[in-house]
Amino acid sequence: MNRRPGFLVYGLLGAFVIGSALPLYWSFVIGSHTKDQADSYPPPFWPGGHFLENARRVLDTVPFWHALINSIIVSTACGISVVFFSTLAGYAFAKLKFRGSNALMAFVVMTMTVPTQLAVVPLFVLMRDYHLLDTLVAVALPTLVTAFGVFFMRQYLVDAVPDELIEAARMDGCTMLRTFWIVAVPAARPAMSILFLFTFMQVWTDYMWPLVALQNKQTVQIALDQLKLTGQGQATDYALVLCGTAMATIPLLLLFVAAGRNLVTGIMQGAVKG
Amino acid sequence: MSDHTKTAVGGTATAVPPAAADPARERARLVRRQRRSRWDIKLSPYLYVSPFFILFLIVGLYPLVYTGFLSLFGWDRWAYHRGGFLGLDNYRFVLTDPIFLKSLVNTFTIFLMSSVPQVVIAVAVAALLDTRLRFRTFWRMSVLLPFVVAPTAVVLIFGSLFADQSGLINQCLASLNAHGLHFIHPVPWHSNRWASQLAISGMVNWRWTGYNTLIFLAAMQAVPRDLYESAAIDGAGRVRQFFSVTLPMIRPTMIFIIITSTIGGLQIFTEPRLFDDTVAREGGANHEYMTTTLYIYVRGIKEQMYGRASAAAWLLFMIIVAIALLNFGITRFLTRRSAA
Repeated sequence: MNRRPGFLVYGLLGAFVIGSALPLYWSFVIGSHTKDQADSYPPPFWPGGHFLENARRVLDTVPFWHALINSIIVSTACGISVVFFSTLAGYAFAKLKFRGSNALMAFVVMTMTVPTQLAVVPLFVLMRDYHLLDTLVAVALPTLVTAFGVFFMRQYLVDAVPDELIEAARMDGCTMLRTFWIVAVPAARPAMSILFLFTFMQVWTDYMWPLVALQNKQTVQIALDQLKLTGQGQATDYALVLCGTAMATIPLLLLFVAAGRNLVTGIMQGAVKG
Repeated sequence: MSDHTKTAVGGTATAVPPAAADPARERARLVRRQRRSRWDIKLSPYLYVSPFFILFLIVGLYPLVYTGFLSLFGWDRWAYHRGGFLGLDNYRFVLTDPIFLKSLVNTFTIFLMSSVPQVVIAVAVAALLDTRLRFRTFWRMSVLLPFVVAPTAVVLIFGSLFADQSGLINQCLASLNAHGLHFIHPVPWHSNRWASQLAISGMVNWRWTGYNTLIFLAAMQAVPRDLYESAAIDGAGRVRQFFSVTLPMIRPTMIFIIITSTIGGLQIFTEPRLFDDTVAREGGANHEYMTTTLYIYVRGIKEQMYGRASAAAWLLFMIIVAIALLNFGITRFLTRRSAA
């Protein structure tokens, strides 16, 4: 693994990357043609000029903008909440000594493997009893904290914050909270942005829980589901469906272009330490 | 909670006495401050971790425990209150429900078809990436591209490719058939059990392989390079190096990925629900690709049979935990044996 790789390596990687990109490309191609063009065989290979027209049809069929705003609100709220509480707890686990910390941390690690998604029925009943069904609060509640977040921040802060710095801040008369604020938070910033990104994507792409928790309101994923249903019974209008898919994917693609590098680093860092 | 500490802080900072002339008063202030600081040290860690635990108890643990509780009770459809105690009746119903058993089998076959190829391909691609590539960041980011596409979008895209009549794949197969390859036929992607599960597994594989590739890559890069050098001196070629250096060294990561993909792979929901073109949307006309999570949704949310759905959920939960423990045990066994 010292030699520079040859054509074979680049060729295989290229094939894999093309395979990764092709389905996405396909949605843009079909989504930018008319229904008749999209149904023809062989299918069009280059993007067509009807994307905006299809997009208008998407907007006429489902409340896309509402869904988009709802998704942004919920994903952002969960992202901020997870980052805040995870940094706080992760810092305590990484740097503060307190009785029971090992047992509590073991509990956190254990809960990472607990499939909480299976508890949809009681969660649904809970939301119904507190009249939270069909509200964004209900969608956000289960993801306000994640065990993964606490674990991730702890792993990062163990190395990122030198103990001497904490002691120095304490010597200068800082309270615990102030020490956290001026020592831990600045050091944690890279991990915080990665965790935000992760949580944002996790909530944004979730389909099952919003489906259960919402009735009239929609998130982007629910809107896509509804878009697919409109064609059911007849031949599905794939120009419409795939245009909607492309529209729903664009926000995350933009995020990926802007912060994909951090996402890659985050996944790789989490792996080595996890 | 943290706000409380904060106001206490503000109090100390602003409570500077106008005249420090009175020594008794000054000492009292110092004592107060010291005491406060001691409480600050003692209590703060608990305050910092408590939001996580409190919220997790409410929205994570409590519903899970309540699932087990509910599974022992009846609940009239659409009623607002729990019915009588049924003992294990819900479990009896679920375990003798052919649809549940079918969903359980489907869950496992889809899981195997979606995780085995995924791990194999991810390791292979990671090995390709673990070379001195040009444009390293470009390759890593491209590999991760499918991960930013939501499962919902993935199903819709692949659904158009796998459509029975007009889908690209079947049209290709049909045209091959028309051009003389008479043994090739269009595949009934939505009604054949294996074909439909293959299509669903394909979607899962497409979305997750790149993600796992990066995790494997990280593990491979942590392998000390001198191991490769000494292997090369011993005359091992690159393939041999991969099998006798790389693979053993990344075993912990392998286990990690197998465990996480088990937990995720046994709860697949979006794909089977959205791939379905039937009106009922219960994983195909004959539940060809209904997973257990979809079963829980259908029984619990759609049909409002809370007790039965909870029993199914609790069963799946125990299966997942059992498999995770089994994985863990096997790992322990293997690592201990290799250490000995």
